[in-house]
Amino acid sequence: MAAKAKGRWLVLAVPYLWLLVLFLVPFLIVFKISLSQDAIAQPPYEPVFDLAAGWEAFTDAFSQLNFDNYAYVLSWDNEFIEAYGSSLWIAGISTLLLLAVGYPIAYGMARAPKSIRPTLLMLVILPFWTSFLIRVYAWIGILSPEGLLNQLLIALGIINPDAPLQILATDTAVYIGIVYSYLPFMILPLYSALEKMDETLLEAAADLGCPPFAAFWKITWPLSLPGVFAGCLLCFIPAVGEFVIPDLLGGSDTMMIGKVLWTEFSVNRSWTVSAAVAVLLLLVLVIPIVFYQNVQAKEMEGR
Amino acid sequence: MRKGLSWFNTTSIALGFTFLYLPIVLLVIYSFNASRLVTVWAGFSTEWYWKLLQNDQLLEAAWVTLRVAFLSASVATVLGTLAAIALTRYGRFNGRILFSGMVYAPLVMPEVITGLSLLLLFVAVNFDRGFWTITLAHITFTMCFVSVVVQSRLVTFDRSLEEAALDLGCPPLKTFFVVTLPIILPAVVSGWMLAFTLSLDDLVIASFTTGPGATTLPMRIYSQVRLGVTPEINAICTILIAIVTVVVVIASVITKRQEVARERAERLAAAG
Repeated sequence: MAAKAKGRWLVLAVPYLWLLVLFLVPFLIVFKISLSQDAIAQPPYEPVFDLAAGWEAFTDAFSQLNFDNYAYVLSWDNEFIEAYGSSLWIAGISTLLLLAVGYPIAYGMARAPKSIRPTLLMLVILPFWTSFLIRVYAWIGILSPEGLLNQLLIALGIINPDAPLQILATDTAVYIGIVYSYLPFMILPLYSALEKMDETLLEAAADLGCPPFAAFWKITWPLSLPGVFAGCLLCFIPAVGEFVIPDLLGGSDTMMIGKVLWTEFSVNRSWTVSAAVAVLLLLVLVIPIVFYQNVQAKEMEGR
Repeated sequence: MRKGLSWFNTTSIALGFTFLYLPIVLLVIYSFNASRLVTVWAGFSTEWYWKLLQNDQLLEAAWVTLRVAFLSASVATVLGTLAAIALTRYGRFNGRILFSGMVYAPLVMPEVITGLSLLLLFVAVNFDRGFWTITLAHITFTMCFVSVVVQSRLVTFDRSLEEAALDLGCPPLKTFFVVTLPIILPAVVSGWMLAFTLSLDDLVIASFTTGPGATTLPMRIYSQVRLGVTPEINAICTILIAIVTVVVVIASVITKRQEVARERAERLAAAG
């Protein structure tokens, strides 16, 4: 019995410890560094806690921590607040677009003959397995001024060859990139919600004289709401912190916080400010993340 | 009776799949373009594929990426499976909320935050950055995906099979390997594959946690992509797409077969 209890304990302890050390502790370190100051040293911030130096040194280091970086990030003179706002805006619009594009596809799949549904599902997942970077890269060749889209429009005589559409390096390209890359994340939860739906409900509504569109609003849409929530959270949260898409497809005026954090870290080399940016980003996202966790945990336990 | 809707369904599926696949198809086609200008078609050529084979930097990066992905996916599969067992079988235990939080949060956590926090950890403990730090970082974020995939199989699992083995005196560890693991194996395998491709694909976390000497393929591709579109990148992307497609299709055929066989066996067992 003792051996069994020990085995049980180990199954939990190993992943638990792993995540504590490599997921939770790093966040605490980020928080601590966000309260420190930049320094020309190795590591490039101070104070550095050194437990070997004794209690006095520890309390002394502790008293050097302050919220200056937060004041800097949150000041209106700097562009961080604007970047947070525009990230939330871009992520929000992209999520709505994703819902608008993903819903009809998921709906069509859920109503397709049962025999071809697994194939359709696999076709949706397959692009997700190929590299994210490759999928974003593919759009550069399409959207650039001399790209395939402009060539097609010029060949069709729709636009003037001298004035190609300027899509690459604008927010529009970022929307296209996000919608394209995150589409499977939206379709899958919607599909699983729509597929579970009992179709006899719609038949009953039709028999009672309800027109198809009204039946959709009154029956299908409310029943698909769990899928809508899951899909939107799954797309919105990572989209807010997106870095690759705005960097490759967006213009220099596309401000997204993931890109700002990256620049602050790798170009400006201010580790403490980037840590403060990360902590604030996490605070912005904490409500949707907790919400998502609950949705996930309930889904897993409910089944 | 819903025939009126089916044209709508067909169109939305067709448009949806065109949107999903057209960019990739175009990218593959243009990797065979004879012209250096990516957007002007100048005839079929495999020149760029031969050039790739002579690009030592790229091959070196590909080798690093494959080793990181193989190692991190394997460790992440073990850890993720353990986490899935704990979350589906242990009911309520102390610290469960924190544990499930740590399992689900990385799924949606912006990569810049995960990357930055891991880098600061490695700096704080003075760990030499390079191959091993990328591997540790990848294990951490991919194990959460493995755990979700395996959990979805464990919750639909008939526990009476395990209980029967235990009642007949089979020790718990042996029960796991003889009864549980074979049944959840398809989920474990697809968890491994998911972890493997996520690791192959990752740019942001690897860029934060890497050190001198360890450059992964996405990092190499990214630095070239920033300079513009070239047929060489199209060629390497095409190779990656081909590998992933073949692996995924084979794996899904195998899982499908196993599932059919298992269902048949279960039905026979129920009948007998």
